[in-house]
Amino acid sequence: MSSTPVKKQKMTLEQFKLKSEWLVYFLPFFIGVLIFTLYPIVNVFLTSFKVDFNYITKEFSGWGLDNYKYVLSDPYFHQALKNTFGYVFVVIPISTCLAILIATLLNQKIKLSGLFQTAYFVPMVTSTIAVGFSWRFMFSHNYGIINYLLGFFNIAPINWLGDPANNFYALCIYGIWAILPFTIILLLSGLQNIDPMYYTAAKVDGAGPIRIFFRVTIPLLLPTIFMVIMVNTISCFKVFNELFPLFQGAGVANNLYTVVYYIYYQFRVLVPAQYGYATAAALILFIIIFIATMFQRFVEKKINN
Amino acid sequence: MKKLFKNLSFGRVLIYLFLTVGAITMVFPFYWMITGAFKSGTEIISFPPVWFPTSFALTNFVEAFERAPFLSYFINSVVAMVGSVSICSFTTIVGAFAFSKLDFPFKNVLLALLLGLMMVPFEMIVITNFRTIIDLGLYDNILALIVPFTSSIFYMYILKGFFDSIPNSLYQAARVDGCSNWKYLWKVMVPIAKPSLVTIILLNAIASWNSFLWPSLAILNKVNKTLPFGLYSFVNEGGSRTELMMAASTIVVLPMIILFLFARKQIVNGVARGGLKG
Repeated sequence: MSSTPVKKQKMTLEQFKLKSEWLVYFLPFFIGVLIFTLYPIVNVFLTSFKVDFNYITKEFSGWGLDNYKYVLSDPYFHQALKNTFGYVFVVIPISTCLAILIATLLNQKIKLSGLFQTAYFVPMVTSTIAVGFSWRFMFSHNYGIINYLLGFFNIAPINWLGDPANNFYALCIYGIWAILPFTIILLLSGLQNIDPMYYTAAKVDGAGPIRIFFRVTIPLLLPTIFMVIMVNTISCFKVFNELFPLFQGAGVANNLYTVVYYIYYQFRVLVPAQYGYATAAALILFIIIFIATMFQRFVEKKINN
Repeated sequence: MKKLFKNLSFGRVLIYLFLTVGAITMVFPFYWMITGAFKSGTEIISFPPVWFPTSFALTNFVEAFERAPFLSYFINSVVAMVGSVSICSFTTIVGAFAFSKLDFPFKNVLLALLLGLMMVPFEMIVITNFRTIIDLGLYDNILALIVPFTSSIFYMYILKGFFDSIPNSLYQAARVDGCSNWKYLWKVMVPIAKPSLVTIILLNAIASWNSFLWPSLAILNKVNKTLPFGLYSFVNEGGSRTELMMAASTIVVLPMIILFLFARKQIVNGVARGGLKG
């Protein structure tokens, strides 16, 4: 009689071990996610609705939309939105067109393709800050190589970084250069997935290379092009690091606020830190990115059907 | 026929011309940085610019090292990179195994939740993580550069995709033979997934090495700075002698360029696949 309960207990212990074994694998991964991704999202969401939040005492006077009202009426946030959207609208079309062209050419049977690939892709692995300093040197008003080269076209030296009329374009040029490698890689891998049968068929029909490019390559590459545009749009909405090596912040006249710079400014530069405004701005950024992502999934589905 | 061939070779020349001009544009900032690091104070501000430095003496590097503790920046970068990448690789492996081969309650709900979380920008959660690090007493501590990066949904998801492609029959056969999950994971799955793992580790290491936003939030004192942040404060505080700025930038960039030259294929394939997943 006495042996039965013991045996039963043993069984449940083993069963328990078996049933809970997944925790050994799941928890090491999930604890980090919980503390440093899941909790912050909830926390940022809640903080953005706290009125007069004091981050030291954690006290606040009530719940409401005050932070959003402040941020949405702040001229600096308007400027940040204008610059960020402007950056997206300049960088995305130019970088995508250039990348399609370069990827198509790299996809031809060319000699030294390893060398070309190294040259085109290496900017992807290097620090935005360090390379940004090189660009700052190149953009120099008085002794920069870019103004020197423009001199051959009779263009007078441009004050790229020190003039608020030009510094947005300097930011965009650096941004396009920096995003190209990633864009070319994705498009090239899309090109390599196209069945060569389509090209053979087009050649048999007597189509020339330009006709093949517009009638075969581009349509078949369209899903990849679209995916690349969306991924890059999201990353361009978060433009931030580039501002530091080029302008040590938001530019000479404080004219280069971006949305992420605005967030950073509110909780890290301002004293006392304005967590309410920072979190509200962050949530607005998230909503913009969320809409962009949903739009991407929607169009992806349309294309796939 | 002859005409066609002629056109083709002309087109070929155009292709090479275009690709070469493009390639030069892409690597030019590196050329300008590295040659700038060897230029003298007068060479660097001369106009028209000097294309090649006259000497290759390391004086600018020596001066940069004297003015700021670049050696400790370098060591900090290595410590933060090795620490976060090794722990993150471990949690990625076990997490991917749990989601790929094990059964547990709410698995699909959790997976969907994690997928949704991937959409949240790092720039948003950083606000709270900054406070969390302060509350944990890790502010201005090198551990602050490791602890928040001990797991990654993105890499877990990529590795899970690879684990899913390993046939389940192999798993069942091993289980019938009395092989434990733990042993199966490390003796069978991990060796098979080695190429994927190498890619994940490389991408993670590059991201860690180049990160700027987080170190600039979590670190205050010189002794704990990593290379990009140390470089930035060096330029910001130490005046703007361009030749020193270029020498210091070269120190930051060179290890990653060397890594890229050795592991280009893995990195490029990883980016191509990761991008498609994201």
